Amino acid sequence: MQEKMSLNRKIKSALLNVLMYLSAGIICLILLGVIGYILYRGLPHISVDFLTSKPSLISGTVGILSNILNTVYIILITLIIVLPLGVGSAIYLNEYATNKKLIRIIELATETLSGIPSIIYGLVGMLIFVQFCSLGTSILAGSLTLVIMTLPTIMRTTQESLKTVSDGYREGSLALGSGKWYMIRTVVLPSAIDGIVTGCILSIGRIVGESAALLFTAGMANEILGIVDAVTPGNAGSSLTVALYMYAKERGEFEIAFAIAAILLILTFVINMSAKWAATTLKKRGTKQ
Amino acid sequence: MKKTAHFMEKSMNVVFTICGFLAVGFVILITGFLCVSGTPAIGKIGIIDFLFGTEWASTASTPSYGILPFILTSVYGTFGAIIIGVPLGLMCAIFVAKMANDKVSKAVRTSVDLLSGIPSVVYGLVGMIIIVPMVREVFNLPDGANLFSAIIVLTIMILPSVISVSETAIKTVPKEYEEASLALGATKTETVFKVVVPAAKSGIITSIVLGIGRSIGEAMAVMMVAGNVANMPGLFKSVRFLTTAVASEMSYSSGLQREALFSIALVLFVFILIINLVLNLIVKKDKE
Repeated sequence: MQEKMSLNRKIKSALLNVLMYLSAGIICLILLGVIGYILYRGLPHISVDFLTSKPSLISGTVGILSNILNTVYIILITLIIVLPLGVGSAIYLNEYATNKKLIRIIELATETLSGIPSIIYGLVGMLIFVQFCSLGTSILAGSLTLVIMTLPTIMRTTQESLKTVSDGYREGSLALGSGKWYMIRTVVLPSAIDGIVTGCILSIGRIVGESAALLFTAGMANEILGIVDAVTPGNAGSSLTVALYMYAKERGEFEIAFAIAAILLILTFVINMSAKWAATTLKKRGTKQ
Repeated sequence: MKKTAHFMEKSMNVVFTICGFLAVGFVILITGFLCVSGTPAIGKIGIIDFLFGTEWASTASTPSYGILPFILTSVYGTFGAIIIGVPLGLMCAIFVAKMANDKVSKAVRTSVDLLSGIPSVVYGLVGMIIIVPMVREVFNLPDGANLFSAIIVLTIMILPSVISVSETAIKTVPKEYEEASLALGATKTETVFKVVVPAAKSGIITSIVLGIGRSIGEAMAVMMVAGNVANMPGLFKSVRFLTTAVASEMSYSSGLQREALFSIALVLFVFILIINLVLNLIVKKDKE
């Protein structure tokens, strides 16, 4: 059969095959190039001093402890607020809502939210939280902006795992006389824990990588703040990404920028791995119960 | 049921309903704030002068606020990234979904996941240090920070969404289609390209629209590589996108200039809404 194939057909097939291998190769090469280059330039500059001090002209140190802390604060504050809201929202959609039209409207709104670019979140966050709510350029304002941004992520992952909880569980619980809230709290939510955890991890990933939404809401300050200061309005603080941007674009200190980039890469890798772990391990545990 | 339990049930019902409509509330809030702060400047400048004016000189003594350069730059930049990124991404997706063995496709998929997780400032940094000097050397330019560099960075950034969405689409094509084609004597490659890919058309288009959305909304990475001068776009000219126009002047703007920046954000928002609408239409049509 092979011999009967026209030359034209053979050439075409071979060409497409080559193109496919080439594309996959190029993409892996880009990834390896980017990762390799960043680690090569960044890792040598990471030291204990670098991780545990703040930038100071007086003592001559260039540290990123303040930026690490700010990032952690922003993650914590955002998650504490968005988690109940997102999970509640998913519960409403999956357990309470009956009107198809309303569900469609909410889903449309969620899709719209997840399509809005982060620079617009930054701008609107500045208008709403910094100016209108007069929180000032602060970690709190930045976190609240990110709450709106990460809401769709938590909603979607929670909803997906709520959908996989079998109706038998619900019916069994209701038949035993439990109320709807009691049923959700004791039966549905524990079985949907994998989706909630995955949503959290994905949100952390998004927050760690976010810069445009934080530039005008959380500000560019490099002071080390305590947790109480972090939730006080008016205390600005730059996250790792914003610090990277400032070092690279405004000050031209590329060594520091690459060191931060290397840390961000490692974080991304860890977050990716844990998301995979949560999706598989917790899922298994959930179905075993 | 106990009275307190009953009360709890009732109040949780209300709480969940409020949570449910949060997303709708946020969308209304964002749209409202953008419209209120974005329309005054358009009114003062005049919508034609604003949208089709070719000169942006916000800090000049007689300022002019034309954002056509930004609009065109965003459109060209996105178009360029799509032209390069879609064939590359699609080929890779086909390879991963149909041609590669399990080990290879798992490796490529992990790479793609990693690429999509890398923060945009990191892409910007790599673009600044590698791509910009490279473009300067290769094309013998005084400065490599231009539209071309931005297109390359945007291409890399849209690849993950193009690949993962088209891969999913290709995988959901029923096996029978392929078997029928193979039974008729078509080669594996011919089958994949002439049967599977056309059948996965709507998913592939979705991935392209998602890529358009991502690249038109990207701010930080292009800010670091595009040169950031408000020129009318040219491939090797230093340019400013809609997103970077907002970001670069925000910190020191005031008065009409500041209001005009909000108007630019409003224009960008309208672009995004249109893209979302198109996406919805595709998905809806696909379901039917």
